[in-house]
Amino acid sequence: MNPWVLYALSGMVMFSVGLVGLFTHQHVVKRILAANIMGSGVLLVLVALARRVPSGPPDPVPHALVLTGIVVSVSSTALGVALARRISRLKSMDAASSRTGPEGS
Amino acid sequence: MMDALLDGGLALSLPFLAWLVLHTEALSQAVVLFVAMGLMSALAWARLEAPDIALVEAAVGTGLTGALLMHTLSWTEESQAETRTRSTRWLGDALAATVLTAVLGWAVLALPLHSQGLGPMVKARLEESGVDHPVTAVLLNFRGYDTLLEIAVLLVAALGARAVNPRTERPSLETADDPLTGELFRMTTPSVLLLAGYLVWVGAHGPGGAFQAGAILAGGGVVAILTTRVGTPRMSSWQVRWALLTGPLLFVGVAVAPLFSGGQLLEFPPRLAGTLIFIVELALTVSITLVLLMFFPAVRPPKVEHEGTP
Repeated sequence: MNPWVLYALSGMVMFSVGLVGLFTHQHVVKRILAANIMGSGVLLVLVALARRVPSGPPDPVPHALVLTGIVVSVSSTALGVALARRISRLKSMDAASSRTGPEGS
Repeated sequence: MMDALLDGGLALSLPFLAWLVLHTEALSQAVVLFVAMGLMSALAWARLEAPDIALVEAAVGTGLTGALLMHTLSWTEESQAETRTRSTRWLGDALAATVLTAVLGWAVLALPLHSQGLGPMVKARLEESGVDHPVTAVLLNFRGYDTLLEIAVLLVAALGARAVNPRTERPSLETADDPLTGELFRMTTPSVLLLAGYLVWVGAHGPGGAFQAGAILAGGGVVAILTTRVGTPRMSSWQVRWALLTGPLLFVGVAVAPLFSGGQLLEFPPRLAGTLIFIVELALTVSITLVLLMFFPAVRPPKVEHEGTP
């Protein structure tokens, strides 16, 4: 078995685990993690496929695509994290207002 | 034999770590496992002869993402790790993942074996690209669109992150003044700068480039935010706005310039290509560093929120 097949299979398992996790988890941080795992799986498959060439160096085009992919996934994670922080602040504000609300009125 | 063992171990450990990340109870443990998974995949990419990607993964995918997620954990409440959706659906999850893997595996393994890919085409035109490293040539010359749009995505994400939390750029009142970490930061700064400069320069010949250098500089910047009184770059300051725009504006300028002399968009003249790519990479490094740094909020999480009992 070629090494690339091994890594491609590994990437596909990661993608599946991530996708299933994305659907089964409730907590927003877990969902961000699951989306990141899916992304890593896809990138691993791409890099593994770049190694399919019978001889010589691996195909540079998928490598460039994966570099772009990593940076884009980081920015999407950062946006997701910012939204999560916003949600948690809104929730804590709601909780605070519902705590003080009955006392005030 | 050793190679096969290493490949097998890595290929097995990655999905296992992914599964662990999603199925540990404590969120902080999940994040630590996620960082471990990122380092393992950096190793896997080094094994797959992709040193550029291994560098970016280690710095951005693992380092900065891990720091961001850790920082988020201190804001969101840890308690709601869902306990009811566990254990009962474990079997269903495993079954769904297996079926999905089988379908995907069938699709990928059905691809024609031993295809040449685009490697020979890139190699044939490498002379004209102005750089010696095929990945840099693809990123900044052959597929310049990708990099141009990627920096746009980064800018949009930074703007979005700031827009939903406009108050994060307010410098925190209680800055940590730990002498040990502050000294550590001062000692590591020269090597961080040297490494980043080297990576930009080496991008033309070997693994390295704007993203790797920007990621390392941003890593140093995050340490600075955490240990000194620097604070994150403020979107309200003009210097920060211009620094953010240097990369994209210069890149757009270089991309559009050939249109005026009868060329095509993003067509570099072969004589100047090397110089232009280096200038664009330098400008991109500045913008990427700032964007990555701006993802990181300066404000410490509120400690009084979760006191609970009144």
